[in-house]
Amino acid sequence: MTSQLNHLPSAKEVGTYDPATLASNFSDLHPPLTHRQAMIESQRCLYCFDAPCVEACPSEIDIPSFIRQISENNINGAAETILEANILGGSCARVCPTEILCERSCVRNHDAECQPVLIGLLQRHATDHMQFDGHPFKRAATTGRHIAVVGAGPAGLSCAHRLAMLGHQVTIFEAEQKPGGLNEYGIARYKMTDDFARKEIEFLLEIGGIDIQYGKRLGDNLELANLHKQYDSVFLGLGLGASRALGLTGDDAPGLMPAVDYIKTLRQTDDLGSLAVAKRCIVIGAGNTAIDMATQMARLGASEVTLVYRRGVEAMSATDHEQEIAKANGVRMITWAQPDDILLDSQGRVVGMRFAKTREQSGKLTATGETFEIEADAIFKAIGQGFDGESLSDATAAELARDGERIHVDDMFRTSLANVYAGGDCVKPGQDLTVQAVQHGKLAAHAIHQALTAKQEAA
Amino acid sequence: MNTLNFTPPGKHNSSDSVVNGVDISVNFAGIKAPNPFWLASAPPTDKAYNVVRAYEAGWGGVVWKTLGEEPPAVNVSSRYSAHYGKNREVIGFNNIELITDRSLEINLKEITQVKKDWPDRALIVSIMVPCNEEAWAYILPLVEATGADGIELNLGCPHGMPERGMGAAVGQNPDLIEKVTYWCKKHYSKPVIVKLTPNITDIRAGSQAALRGGADAVSLINTINSITSIDLDNMVAKPTVGHQSTHGGYCGSAVKPIAMNMVAEIARDPATPTLPISGIGGIATWRDAAEFIALGAGSVQVCTAAMLNGFRIVEEMKDGLSRWMAEKGYASIEAFSRKAIPQTTDWKHLDINFKTIAKIDQDLCIECGRCYIACEDTSHQSIAKLTEQDGSRRYEVIEEECVGCNLCQITCPVENCITMVPQETGQPFLAWDNDPRNPFRAAS
Repeated sequence: MTSQLNHLPSAKEVGTYDPATLASNFSDLHPPLTHRQAMIESQRCLYCFDAPCVEACPSEIDIPSFIRQISENNINGAAETILEANILGGSCARVCPTEILCERSCVRNHDAECQPVLIGLLQRHATDHMQFDGHPFKRAATTGRHIAVVGAGPAGLSCAHRLAMLGHQVTIFEAEQKPGGLNEYGIARYKMTDDFARKEIEFLLEIGGIDIQYGKRLGDNLELANLHKQYDSVFLGLGLGASRALGLTGDDAPGLMPAVDYIKTLRQTDDLGSLAVAKRCIVIGAGNTAIDMATQMARLGASEVTLVYRRGVEAMSATDHEQEIAKANGVRMITWAQPDDILLDSQGRVVGMRFAKTREQSGKLTATGETFEIEADAIFKAIGQGFDGESLSDATAAELARDGERIHVDDMFRTSLANVYAGGDCVKPGQDLTVQAVQHGKLAAHAIHQALTAKQEAA
Repeated sequence: MNTLNFTPPGKHNSSDSVVNGVDISVNFAGIKAPNPFWLASAPPTDKAYNVVRAYEAGWGGVVWKTLGEEPPAVNVSSRYSAHYGKNREVIGFNNIELITDRSLEINLKEITQVKKDWPDRALIVSIMVPCNEEAWAYILPLVEATGADGIELNLGCPHGMPERGMGAAVGQNPDLIEKVTYWCKKHYSKPVIVKLTPNITDIRAGSQAALRGGADAVSLINTINSITSIDLDNMVAKPTVGHQSTHGGYCGSAVKPIAMNMVAEIARDPATPTLPISGIGGIATWRDAAEFIALGAGSVQVCTAAMLNGFRIVEEMKDGLSRWMAEKGYASIEAFSRKAIPQTTDWKHLDINFKTIAKIDQDLCIECGRCYIACEDTSHQSIAKLTEQDGSRRYEVIEEECVGCNLCQITCPVENCITMVPQETGQPFLAWDNDPRNPFRAAS
């Protein structure tokens, strides 16, 4: 996966950090609350009526209720309140940008305290400490319906769990060898540590009625046409598998690679010291993936990490909180500059990048004509993910109406094909957040259930 | 010892009665003390060691933990429990400890020495012996010989002692209160304070009986029968003695409102208009003390707050009280004692024409909706929930529906966001006794 960096030294060889420090660099970025801290923090919740935080939560978790349950030391009750709205509440507690969602709308921001209740950490407290005797949710009587779900990421898993709860049988087709999608492969290691993603999915699958077939990739060894024929309904939760290209000469030069591919390797490795490290590196992009990449490279031992973005800080999609994390890790940020040329040595390897300075002129981004160069052993591009065109290449899939490159869905998450639904990053609505994918999957499951039930009644 | 024994110029020391330029000394039923803050008869006043530490810390007086007849009481292990707030703050406190478990001889010896060493501080001895004259006639001269300033009759202990015909068993019977008080006045020359139990229907029966018996003062309240919590795993209350428990006596902040009402009842009672009252019950701050004094207390007694924080709290109590008095222009404790009594009346005398309604300060409102749901679900549906164009919420009082109940103000987490605004009704003062709608009104 990181073969483009084979010529670079490993973290161990670079030797910035000894193994113990390296390990701690990738342990929990925000340590969990202790029981006492959770009790104190839960008291700060005002138990608002029609709470703004609930309105701000894409998965509509009843936040005041679960916090009140924590304050009553009813941890299982709190966890159940969370999970019945969001079965991946544990990972959302870790990866949600709460600073722009629930915590931003907390009324305590307006209060003299000027600080929101730490909703994300409280949610983590409840989901970390729940102890159920068996799975907390029961399945309805079996309906005899069988639904295909494509993609075992947050959208697909959420959809599958809800469908199973509603009494349906579900088969998930997953391209990778492990379930989880971005939770397994795409999140900064210090945001979700150890094998939390795997454990969470094991818990989710305990509901029963869900089987997963791995190594099944739509457009490769899986056809939508067949799924459409063989199953009562299909849910597409493909995600955005393809990294966008820079569109410059040398896009495949050793030393240049997509950030998501590196992060994937970083998340999966058992030996952080074996990872290739660029002592000087450039990350191009302004989203949370760019921040995750830059921060993790710094924590692996790179001495110079530069993040370059073609617009200003205010336009960065990474939240202030994320930007602060990068800065705290010594990441240098350069704005108003776009890639102009990939600089290569005689062997064709990356040795740096030339950037063109930019400015905004009557709403349009233009190059000023000025350029500068930054020396680097590696360049990581995090300029967004695109739809993997191949995946919707079979005749049936090709019929799917699109919104731009993404799959078009209506407010019931129905695609233009009958009985085919879609959600998560592969559809237009939302901001490509895990929590939104979970919500899409959940709502699509209800839409599927409703449609199947209506059919049954009509028959 | 390197301790620098230095008081900055202008600062008071522990025995001064003038603090921040204000005289806070009291003369309570003939008992003088440099300040009104006394420690109640309880574990903190069990022996000379504690009492001396209290005096050193600046307490104006001490009621020595209750003496009884020989042999001394025997206590169980595991004695206290608490009613906690959500952050483990102690709201209420419960104990099943009995009167002193040390010998009468040792107590009397220590009392004598302490009074000799600390002549300016009030030292009152709490006593509880069986309900017969001989018992009192025996112990009172012994106590008198110590030189203590007065006695307090413990007629209120709710646990352990009633089973032996003492404590609350006496305090719940006005005839016995009168009789015991009479014996005390007969066999003891100094002030007699009767400590009243709140575990009765009407506190005035006890205060009136005490006065009839010749009491110089009353003190109240003693603790309230209580069970603070149940260990639901083992189905037993706390404090747990082995595998069992029993009810105890409740005190601490939670009992303050109950105590204040009882103090006010006695202060307002035409049968006991000048009977001095030592206020007890949940006093933890100077403000609590000021409130008891405003309702008629001439001194206050503290126990739980000291048990939870140590004796040092008296320093702030004296400082805060004296600063407040200076600000208000009160030159002495007497100057504001009973000041709130004229305004404390029976419901039937309240102005039925008075009208106040809630006002929400929109600039301070944080849009939590607590006032709305409280009013909507449980009160008068007088708050409207509106949505602004930008999606933010706005809560407005529907003035014509508001009855001025204060519930919204109580639920609001922001100080001063909701205020109750008295309305100009143009109508005269009309007490319910005179309201034509009152079918039982006195014929005019």
